[in-house]
Amino acid sequence: MSKHVLKVGKFKHPGSGRRRAAHHPKGRQVEPRALAEVRALLGERPRRSDLLIEHLHLIQDKYACLAAAHLTALAQEMRLALAEVYEVATFYAHFDVVREGDTPPPKITVRVCDSLSCEMLGAAKLLKDLPAKVGKHARVVRAPCMGRCDTAPVAEVGHCHVDHATVESVHQAVRGKQVHPEIPPYADYDAYIAAGGYSVLRACRGGQRRIEDVIATMEHSGLRGLGGAGFPTGRKWRIVRGYAGPRMMAVNADEGEPGTFKDRYYLEREPHRFLEGMLIAAWAVDVQAIYIYLRDEYPAIREILLKEISRIKAAGLAGETEIHLRRGAGAYICGEESAMIESIEGKRGLPRHRPPYVAEVGLFGRPTLEQNVETLYWIPQILTQGPEWFAGQGRHGGKGLRSYSVSGRVKNPGVKLAPAGITARELIEEFCDGMQDGHTFKAYLPGGASGGILPASMADLALEFGMLEKHGCFVGSHAVVILSDQDNTKTAALNLMRFFEDESCGQCTPCRVGTEKAVKLMARPKWDEPLLAELSQAMTDASICGLGQAASNPLRCVLKHFREDWS
Amino acid sequence: MSESIRFTLDGQELEARPDETIWQVAQRQGTTIPHLCYTPQPGYRPDGNCRACMVEVEGERVLAASCIRKPAAGMKVVTNNARAQNARRLVMELLVTDQPKRALAHDPNSHLWQWADRMQVSDSRFPTRLAVTPDSSHPAMSVQLDACIHCNLCVRACREVQVNDVIGMAYRGHGAKIVFDFDDPMGNSTCVACGECVQACPTGALMEATLVDEKGVGKTEPLREVPSVCPYCGVGCQISYQIKGNEIAAVQGRDGPANQNRLCVKGRFGFDYVKHPHRLQKPLIRRDDAPRGADVQVDPSDPSTHFREASWEEALDFAAAGLKRIRDRDGHQALAGFGSAKCSNEEAYLFQKLVRTGFGTNNVDHCTRLCHASSVAALLEGIGSGAVTAPFTACADAEVIIVIGANPTENHPVAATFFKQAAKLGKTLIVMDPRGQALERHANYMLQFKPGTDVALLNAMLNVIISEKLYNEDYIKTHAEGFENLKTHIAAFTPEAMTPVCGIDADTIRTVARLYAKASASIIFWGMGISQSVHGTDNARCLIALALSTGQVGRPGTGLHPLRGQNNVQGASDAGLIPMMYPDYQTVDLLDTRKRFEDFWGTPLDPKKGLTVVEIMGAIHADQIKGMYIMGENPAMSDPDAGHARAALAKLEHLVVQDIFLTETAFHADVVLPASAWPEKDGTVTNTNRQVQMGRRALELPGDARQDWWISQEIARRIGLDWNYKGPSDVFAEMAQVMPSFNNITWERIDRESACTYPCDAPDQPGHDIVFGDRFPTKDGRGKIVPASIIPPAEQPDKDFPMVLSTGRQLEHWHTGAITRRASVLDEIEPEAVVSLSVQDIHRLGISPGDPVRVSTRRGAIELKVRVDGAIPEGYVFIPFCYAEAAANLLTNPALDPIGKIPEFKFCAARVEKIAAAAAPARKRAAASTRTNSRRAARSR
Repeated sequence: MSKHVLKVGKFKHPGSGRRRAAHHPKGRQVEPRALAEVRALLGERPRRSDLLIEHLHLIQDKYACLAAAHLTALAQEMRLALAEVYEVATFYAHFDVVREGDTPPPKITVRVCDSLSCEMLGAAKLLKDLPAKVGKHARVVRAPCMGRCDTAPVAEVGHCHVDHATVESVHQAVRGKQVHPEIPPYADYDAYIAAGGYSVLRACRGGQRRIEDVIATMEHSGLRGLGGAGFPTGRKWRIVRGYAGPRMMAVNADEGEPGTFKDRYYLEREPHRFLEGMLIAAWAVDVQAIYIYLRDEYPAIREILLKEISRIKAAGLAGETEIHLRRGAGAYICGEESAMIESIEGKRGLPRHRPPYVAEVGLFGRPTLEQNVETLYWIPQILTQGPEWFAGQGRHGGKGLRSYSVSGRVKNPGVKLAPAGITARELIEEFCDGMQDGHTFKAYLPGGASGGILPASMADLALEFGMLEKHGCFVGSHAVVILSDQDNTKTAALNLMRFFEDESCGQCTPCRVGTEKAVKLMARPKWDEPLLAELSQAMTDASICGLGQAASNPLRCVLKHFREDWS
Repeated sequence: MSESIRFTLDGQELEARPDETIWQVAQRQGTTIPHLCYTPQPGYRPDGNCRACMVEVEGERVLAASCIRKPAAGMKVVTNNARAQNARRLVMELLVTDQPKRALAHDPNSHLWQWADRMQVSDSRFPTRLAVTPDSSHPAMSVQLDACIHCNLCVRACREVQVNDVIGMAYRGHGAKIVFDFDDPMGNSTCVACGECVQACPTGALMEATLVDEKGVGKTEPLREVPSVCPYCGVGCQISYQIKGNEIAAVQGRDGPANQNRLCVKGRFGFDYVKHPHRLQKPLIRRDDAPRGADVQVDPSDPSTHFREASWEEALDFAAAGLKRIRDRDGHQALAGFGSAKCSNEEAYLFQKLVRTGFGTNNVDHCTRLCHASSVAALLEGIGSGAVTAPFTACADAEVIIVIGANPTENHPVAATFFKQAAKLGKTLIVMDPRGQALERHANYMLQFKPGTDVALLNAMLNVIISEKLYNEDYIKTHAEGFENLKTHIAAFTPEAMTPVCGIDADTIRTVARLYAKASASIIFWGMGISQSVHGTDNARCLIALALSTGQVGRPGTGLHPLRGQNNVQGASDAGLIPMMYPDYQTVDLLDTRKRFEDFWGTPLDPKKGLTVVEIMGAIHADQIKGMYIMGENPAMSDPDAGHARAALAKLEHLVVQDIFLTETAFHADVVLPASAWPEKDGTVTNTNRQVQMGRRALELPGDARQDWWISQEIARRIGLDWNYKGPSDVFAEMAQVMPSFNNITWERIDRESACTYPCDAPDQPGHDIVFGDRFPTKDGRGKIVPASIIPPAEQPDKDFPMVLSTGRQLEHWHTGAITRRASVLDEIEPEAVVSLSVQDIHRLGISPGDPVRVSTRRGAIELKVRVDGAIPEGYVFIPFCYAEAAANLLTNPALDPIGKIPEFKFCAARVEKIAAAAAPARKRAAASTRTNSRRAARSR
């Protein structure tokens, strides 16, 4: 046998030899240090994929950004694909993804609201002047409605809001590193209990009230979904109860419709009225778990709810029902009920196709009761005072009480608890002390950014569900923004379209491309009426969700009612 | 049908099935509603995002997307009124706005442009968006997102169909963008280049790089399509060559039973090897002055240093004369032949027939010996059949899926897509392997046990099943024998006792055993982690015992499935390309069987079993075998202890090699016959699922290359056989006469249907996917449980060689790399030899990823680059065996499994050392890489 010694490394190979092999398997590799940091942050928290947004918040809060190395480590830790993490992290405005070579943002971010009420009251100037003033200490970015339109213009330094913001007041907050939310005085657990709180819930749980009676009371009261859709609450409970359990409940505290701040108003004052209503609904529909989806623009409320929910849990008031508080991350679309469910599940907030409706296939694929904060807020009082008390209120054919968020050129803006069906003119005169001095009422938004714009000549219409649709408008979340002779409706319509362009999830063509093209067309000095009208129609007809379907409402109204502003 | 839904479509009352969408009903009625984000291809759910398919539903405020909306009873749908048409046309106009100009389109015939034409939308009144930079970072695919319409088909392709999870839709609104991982260049991402996204993209935003010019503009030449089947792994994906002239411009997946349009990087982008300048185009005869020896190497681009060109007449005469001379002088047993699992059934059949009837010996084998020989041995012994009992697609019906000793995302990528999909649907996926892998992320349990301790782990599972009475008594009563023996045998293998051996805690072993046993349907898939071991047969016996004792076989969603490696390893084995069996596993040492074949072939046959692959190399060294005919096999790279194998090849008196390239084996040849590549020939192949499929000729042969069957026939004639086959269909017809597995399966049928599963009951019936529900093909119809004991690997780590070396494959490379390293895309992605190590070992060795290291074993040493890999446990070394410049098999241990005769590729003792970048490597380690041949020979017997 021949003996042989093979020479090492001398053999030719048939490859081209053009490239060198990578030093690691394909794609990004986990850095051990980043992994250790992420693990330390996550601690014992579960690694379930629905917690992705929560975990991203942990990293963003700690490091003021989401470094690619941390995201890679998080993906591995949560057993998610890199793309799954990245697409969620980049969907939400409050996450700052920093890739290799990018400059991380400064520790402090100043967000300036540029939604309509704030823009009318000087946001543009803030955005122009602030960067030079705060210099390197902070970055200044525009942001959509922060739900404080009655104190416009508004800025947020870190998590601290500055009402009636001026360049000076914001600068002061930056300099003083005032980045934590100010907790307003509110009725806490003890105060609520002292006032007889949770007695209705106890009566329900204790058998003094029957589920059927409670649902019937809801039906008789005429209480409707006050997030904007106006779906009868009692009927919704009955529908969801009709589907086999386990059932879920999702609470929409993602109040983001520009001009709307009523949910914040109630949560900052009487959180337990809302919580009691929530637990009563959960009991009536027999849900397994409640997920409260709170917008990230309301950090003070987050602190309040974290504290107060732990109090009611400790008091045993939650019973068997799990209560989860989930934090939004800067996406208006997540106020859409199915997008919100997606977001609670840890995904991008893309609205789902219907059918199936969330009542049947909702959160985690289960039948889901979804309710707005204010809707739940009224439940204990309706059960205490009876359905007739609520149903008995209203004007001009409206039924019940409504919390109108009024902002813009009125003398005294704010949340106005008024009879359903009140008109804009009555609201201004009876509840807002009239127009600001020197301003003449010209136009109004009856239902936030998506509800359309109507001229003052149509200010005698009842602001109630179903009453404005024939005029191409709706009352939605009852956010009424008042414009004066000093405002231009073309500019307002462009502001609103820009908002929808920014906030479109991007899923469907008419909304993603339509809002972008509409903004470009509307920014032109002269509007192409037929083309804009055609585009509006297609957006309304063919968009997947309410955002795209309603995005052109203001445009269409301005085309129709304010020719002098654009022609 | 009580479940059907009555509704009205464009005024016509119709019935819809409950799962049908409006679009599908309209389509069936002859109305094709425009669609961009929806494709009727299998595996793609409708997403309803493009809004090109809007229709009006009476009474609804807005229009509905017909691709996703299902009819409801009484619903009135209008597809073609002005409102719907206006919306659809405006959507199309919005999308066309931002497209590159038609004349510069990446794909001028894209689905999008076809619909734009049909809807007469050619221009747009809207302002355009900002330009998008193209991404040309990937060697195979061109990414030009200026054509992207955000339809999400590529996301669904990547995430839901292939489940590679690389593509995402990041950012938001009009800023939304298709991204790879973290918006990384595609070529730097975790993309595995399956190309599913390219196949799905309706706009040309994602294209085969070969189909656009350097400016990204689509080439418009019409392409000819030839349906065929992929030549790479045992999955057997059906493909469609897109032919331009005599070149493969692109490859698309077809809807075959094993792939449902899916492909992997090799099957889609790995075909330009056929045009590689190294292709052999003339017969070659070794020059008299050419050196011989284990270390001889020839530059494949210039064989003239060692070979001279010859005419076919001369080369065939020379090839045959040498074989004949040895046969006539030294007897039948002095010859041997290696066929190949890369060749067709017909070629395999002819080759073994040539060796058996022309050489007069059973010394015929092929690389099945190196991959699943032990699995086949155990299966034949246990259930009377060496093939799978269920296709891998049966995982969709399973509740629990075990994948053990296999890395399917690399080695059976399309099969892996079905496993990942099953896991996504909530099936319990249990992966068991010493090495981590991509499937791990989808698995409910990952059991990373100590290398070589398979029997300990599996016996512990059996112990749990027996001690907790989780076995299926009724099933055992009627279907299995040997259970009582197993019961006694297994008592000692408690989880607690086995934990220290295999490294998996007792609770996990219990959990997994319970899951497997209790599930309504459990299925086991395994690969070479099970088979390539001195206890490979025992490993497989344990798996069979699991299935038989729990009755997890023979029903939908259950079964035993060794994932076959090569495209035709099943078919080549079926065709008798193995030394102990004639076609269809009829053993050569049974007198009746031999008589039957002697009658059929008209010649006396060798009554003894032949030698196997590794044994043949030993027999050459022992001067027993002197001449060989090797068709398409590359033992110089694929045999364990390849130095020994190369020395054997060099020692042969006469070596005939038939191949498409001058392989490392051909370096030692006396005559080299230029053969046909897969796209140049017709023939059937049988995949891991027992599906016999048709490969079709799409290209002309280059130069003077010839069909393999023709070459074999010419040699046969020259050594005295009277062969007159006209082509592969003749051969198939002959095979069918002696292979009951081909009952009711004819060449014409496969040509017509592209695929047919065996066994098959009738010419007009599909074959049986799931077999052995009633009985096993054994004498008494019962399966046989054979208990296994713990046998340690043949070579344990020690002070000198402290680590464990395992070899295997890589996604991009095929077997010994002869083909794939000459496929430009595959070569670009994985261009050179690497050794994968754990980060801990890299630290310990004081090296960095990318550094060169020397890896040595008792048999040799190689030098190659280090790759850090989180999937590698500490103390473990992984080297792919496809790299000639650092051939892993110079290191591997030729110790054999006593029954399957498969070598222990998955375990030997090794040492890794840092080398100075500049140091001349050879001398220092010479001692370590030398050992006596006698010791090696002793071990390989």
